[in-house]
Amino acid sequence: MEKKPEWVYSDKVKDHFMNPRNVLADEAAYNADGRGIVGNIKCGDEMIVAIKVDKAKGVITDCRWKTYGCASAIASTSMLSEMVKGRTLEEAYKITAKEIVEELGGLPGHKVHCSVLGHDGLRAAIDDYYRRNGIKKSL
Amino acid sequence: MKRKVYLDHNATTPLHPEVKRAMTEAMEVFGNPSSMHSFGRQAHRLIDDAREKISSFIGGKPEDIVFVGSGSEANNTVFNLLSCTAKRCEAPHTKRRQVITSQIEHPCILEAAGCLGERGMEVAYLPVDKYGKIDIAKYEGLISENTALVSVMMANNEIGTIQDIKKIGGIAHKHGAMFHTDAIQAVGKIPVDVKDLAVDYLSLSAHKIYGPKGVGALYVSPGVPFCPFIRGGHQERGRRAGTENTVGIVGFGKAVEMRVKEMDGESEKLLSLKSRLKAGIEKNIKDIEFNGHPSDSLPGTLNVSFDAAEGEAILLYLDLEGVAVSTGSACASGSLDPSHVLIATGVSEERAHGSIRISIGRDNTEEEMDYTVEKLAFVIDKTRNMSTVGRGAHGKKA
Repeated sequence: MEKKPEWVYSDKVKDHFMNPRNVLADEAAYNADGRGIVGNIKCGDEMIVAIKVDKAKGVITDCRWKTYGCASAIASTSMLSEMVKGRTLEEAYKITAKEIVEELGGLPGHKVHCSVLGHDGLRAAIDDYYRRNGIKKSL
Repeated sequence: MKRKVYLDHNATTPLHPEVKRAMTEAMEVFGNPSSMHSFGRQAHRLIDDAREKISSFIGGKPEDIVFVGSGSEANNTVFNLLSCTAKRCEAPHTKRRQVITSQIEHPCILEAAGCLGERGMEVAYLPVDKYGKIDIAKYEGLISENTALVSVMMANNEIGTIQDIKKIGGIAHKHGAMFHTDAIQAVGKIPVDVKDLAVDYLSLSAHKIYGPKGVGALYVSPGVPFCPFIRGGHQERGRRAGTENTVGIVGFGKAVEMRVKEMDGESEKLLSLKSRLKAGIEKNIKDIEFNGHPSDSLPGTLNVSFDAAEGEAILLYLDLEGVAVSTGSACASGSLDPSHVLIATGVSEERAHGSIRISIGRDNTEEEMDYTVEKLAFVIDKTRNMSTVGRGAHGKKA
């Protein structure tokens, strides 16, 4: 019989949970090109995603985040923040929650909703970037 | 080897070494307790012995104890007997249509009550005050000659608040209603005497008091209505069919025997560990609030909310440090709702999501409390540093 790991989620989730990447430490100083906030602390999770964009190329150069959320929200957004760097805005927008979950080596069914939060936050940040720059996109 | 500190004794407890020894010995006894031959009689004697220990511990008679498979089964048995309409049912069919319970019961009571509601009974859920105590005035306003059963838990599993069961049961009886208390978190931690409390039914469980999982008991006062939840055998005087879990019951009996010896001294130790832990948290972590009653509470239970930190993340960061606790956050429950107990006491959703239950047990030490405070301070700081939420603005609802 395969032995279940002692920790409740996958090793990759554990790694990103223990050492979250790209946490938005000082929001005021970051000077984001686009910022999205999604979720609701009443439901137990809230997410802020901030991006920097190479305007000439339309490429995301940096992505930072912070959350009031559970381990899955922390790990999936940390993972997402690494995945989007160097991608075009269009490519980043198309990243699905499923891809994030796959990169993490899976999440239990009732936890997938937590990974959607970072993904929604990123889309909100990209929308915000378009809005600030007067770009009309229908994505 | 990484350090491990177990602080989740309200979830379950490790076996007491004496319990383990007694169970290991009992494993040699394989006879069916219902058999008439010597093998059966040997097993029967072990069960009788355990029944005697448990009944005398709570002030009842051996024949008042029905062994069941869990505390949840004990609770469900009581609720089930109300809605039985079978001709063969031993419980007199009452014309009373109302059941009163509380908003802070264990889910197995709330679910069983919900089923009664769907079977046509009227179910009322008593509110509690900010400490988790039943609102007696509301209760007296609700109860009537139509009330069949009142069921209120003795001590709450999440916040530890202890109810005035004698008073609540007395009011039920004054109106001719039956009274049940889920004492699963109470028996073996605080003194419980069924005669003094005058309860009709009382549920208890082995694994919360250093006994094994898979065995519970229901105390049934002489002469009160009863209807078996599981039918088809004469075990437990026809009250619970199924071959008895001899080894488990022996473990339960031994666990109770050890409680008799250890409970009083242990209570003092647990209270002192809890106050050390509480003082450490207060000193080292800002923007917190303790939940539950400040004094009428289980000696080993401490529930605390942290602003701007989510409970499942706190639990899992603590787990990585070797400290095991529990949380009232929705994220750890599989639902989207935070602890119904904390919400019933008026704690805001945010503070319910950011709550941690620490339940201390007989093996814990002062040094472990200090280690826990140190790790908790580190974990809360780490969680808050990546939080979207500002602190101090998320207290009680107005």
